[in-house]
Amino acid sequence: MTQTFAQVSNQAIYSATIVYALAMVAHVVEWAMGRQVTVETTTTNTATEPAMVGASVASVDSAATTTLATQQTGTHHDDERSDRFGRIGLSLTVLGMLLNLVGVIGRGLAAHRVPWGSMYEFSITGCLAVSAVYLFLVRRYHVRWLGLLVTAFLVTVLGIAVVLLYRPVEPLVPALHSYWLAIHVSAAAVAGGAYTVGALASVLYLVRHRAETKARANPGLPQTGFLWRTPPAESIDRVAYRVHAFAFPLWTFAVMAGAIWAQYAWGRFWGWDPKEVWAFITWVAYAAYLHARATAGWRGRAAAYVALVGYATFLFNFVGINLFGSGLHSYAGV
Amino acid sequence: MRTALILLFLLAIAAIPGSLIPQQRVDPSAVSLWRQSHPRLAPFFDRIGMFHVYSSVWFSAIYLLLMMSLVGCIIPRTRVYAKAFRARPPAAPRNLRRFSAYATWTSSLPPAVELQRARELLTRQRRRVEIVETDDTSVVSAEKGYLREAGNLLFHCSVVVVLVGVAATSLLGFKGTSAVVAGDGFSNTLPQYDQFTPGAWFKSNDLAPFSFAVTAFHVAYKRKGEGAGIPLNFDADLAVTDHPGARPHAYDLRVNHPLTVDGTSVFLVGHGYAPSITVRDGTGNVAFSGAVIFLPQDSSLVSFGVIKAPDAQPAQLGFEGYFFPTAAITPNGQPYSTFPAPNNPVLSLIGYHGNLGLNTGIPQSVYALDKSRLTAVTSPDGRPRPLLLKVGQTITLGDHMGSITFDGLKPWVQLQISQEPGKIIPLIGVLLAITGLLLSLLIRPRRTWVRIRQHHDGKTHIEIAALDRVAGGDPRTHIDRLAAALRPTTPEEHP
Ligand code: HEM
Repeated sequence: MTQTFAQVSNQAIYSATIVYALAMVAHVVEWAMGRQVTVETTTTNTATEPAMVGASVASVDSAATTTLATQQTGTHHDDERSDRFGRIGLSLTVLGMLLNLVGVIGRGLAAHRVPWGSMYEFSITGCLAVSAVYLFLVRRYHVRWLGLLVTAFLVTVLGIAVVLLYRPVEPLVPALHSYWLAIHVSAAAVAGGAYTVGALASVLYLVRHRAETKARANPGLPQTGFLWRTPPAESIDRVAYRVHAFAFPLWTFAVMAGAIWAQYAWGRFWGWDPKEVWAFITWVAYAAYLHARATAGWRGRAAAYVALVGYATFLFNFVGINLFGSGLHSYAGV
Repeated sequence: MRTALILLFLLAIAAIPGSLIPQQRVDPSAVSLWRQSHPRLAPFFDRIGMFHVYSSVWFSAIYLLLMMSLVGCIIPRTRVYAKAFRARPPAAPRNLRRFSAYATWTSSLPPAVELQRARELLTRQRRRVEIVETDDTSVVSAEKGYLREAGNLLFHCSVVVVLVGVAATSLLGFKGTSAVVAGDGFSNTLPQYDQFTPGAWFKSNDLAPFSFAVTAFHVAYKRKGEGAGIPLNFDADLAVTDHPGARPHAYDLRVNHPLTVDGTSVFLVGHGYAPSITVRDGTGNVAFSGAVIFLPQDSSLVSFGVIKAPDAQPAQLGFEGYFFPTAAITPNGQPYSTFPAPNNPVLSLIGYHGNLGLNTGIPQSVYALDKSRLTAVTSPDGRPRPLLLKVGQTITLGDHMGSITFDGLKPWVQLQISQEPGKIIPLIGVLLAITGLLLSLLIRPRRTWVRIRQHHDGKTHIEIAALDRVAGGDPRTHIDRLAAALRPTTPEEHP
């Protein structure tokens, strides 16, 4: 039985990788289709003048669509096709997430435990969290414009997991037999998924912000290419903030649950073990991000860089400490 | 804000070295290794507290500054908040059009009706509402989201509570470790601890007077396949006496399942093997007999240990070497262990005779042999003679020095014992902090204005606008919804 579940899980993860890759290809096509489109006027930040009486100003989400709508003037046909590929990419991502879910559950059933005992298992669970957070945001805030970055991330990480990190199912060492572990790791995984999406959004924000600054300085420049298909920098920033604001309390909770688990397993809440140190550094870095957003002179680009530093510390904890670290947490067989 | 930001950055950076350089409190043996391999850097690192980063002067200084800045931030902000909480929503700016979240339309309903509708809707949305009426114009000012600042204050106060709670817990409590061989017991008194770290305000006569015997220890390993040798479970059977004279009761001590007596908790954190050994000296007398704790070196439980027989005649005897639970021999004669369970237990020791150096007055570790005045027992070729012993075997050292017998094997358990009075305080603090954080991140203070004006064409002109007090919100959607709810539904009203 264990063998069957493990095989199902492996097949599901392979398939998920391939489906995510197809989704990525669809998003590449979606963006490439928009290439020829030329727009004469800047459409950033929809006009605020209530020129027509009775027209309330468009909301953020429709601001994005307005941008697209303006661009449709040139090549209407292309744009429809581009949108179709975007939708295909999204559907494939949903399919990929379902396969990813099967892979994670199958792994858990094969091991008779929560599937997070090794780097491989963390990676597949982390990818599930990333795609779930992304798809939730697509429903809620129409962030399909993040699709290319998100699927590229998923393909990379799942690919690395399958090729380099794979390990057969193994039992957990006794220190990990705790429901606090389940709480701790699932909260950390979802927070990590959100941090990932937040970091991707911040990257996109920085790129788009640069392009907008250039365009303002040089109004004659043609605004072509996929970058101009994303919403204005301001809206991207708003989404990035929301994702981080969701992730931070969850991360706080995950760190706390970890401390309680450490208390049961090792008799102390906090021992400055390398993994704990970096969880703390990540926490402080994201607290700094939230402060930066409220500090004059730090809003916008500087804050986005702080968020990326926070994400780097998060990644280092996952990759660096697991690979090179010692200490109690390095149970995660590579 | 800028100060807090800088201090947060500093705190994050200051925490890094402690994760890269071994820390005395976390892994003392890694520190000694590091000292050996960096003889020139080590004294400098010692001076700047690199092996005790989290209790070093500079680390403490940063977080104390942060605490001060935090308190210095909370107090004035609480005052400001108290005032703002009582204030009425502010009057509308003269020009609402400059807001990006703005809508306007005309209605044929009379201004009084429109005013009533706007007021009702905004009140129903649990906004604080203030109305200012002049000749031809009335303005509804509404405000929502007062709890955001309260949440923010709660969060920052809770950070203080957590830090104070953690400090109090470690000042009032203690932490210690003890290794107990199965069959032996532990009573909660200072001499029974191998290591004891009291908090500054802890008095050792506060130790709860309980005791227990470790009656048995069980461990199960995965036998076959991938991950063979991983421990699946281990637990110790205890007979616990809560206080002198009490009747002992049984307790199953497991990882993640500590024993708690009178606020003192006992955790099972590790285990190993204690070979039972008898050393006879050159005169045939028993110079040492008992179980000796060997320290595991890796996951296959190859263990290192030292046996000292100071009473041996004519010379003191000492032994040092490794224990292999399931021994196998490499082609070039080196023993190693294939499995952590004792399927083929073998001791591989080197014997020494001479002076153990126990009378120098310098305390000696029981896990190390001072070989400066000892001579190794050698083979005829002059090299130290490896003494390979299976259970029940005896090896005679020759030259009438004595013999050593491997009598049997006992498990031992590594216990961590600690008392953390008030540990519930930081926990409550964290829960409050998360609550405050959620309030402060999810609630968006927003001001909404509705201006209703009687126009000379007989129509009622209505303007609505909203302003978020914090970034990240989306006031335009709010205005869209509000407009949809307030606007007349009949199509001809739309100009
Ligand atoms: C351990 C130290 C600290 C931590 C972990 C921390 C954490 C946070 C977090 C997570 C927020 C975000 C809440 C939000 O966005 O509304 C925040 C906001 C804030 N913090 Fe701190 N903080 C710390 C120290 C301080 C200090 C020392 C000050 C005062 C100088 C301060 C002043 C503020 C202010 C004014 C805000 C409100 C920002 C806003 O309105 O968005 N914080 N803090």
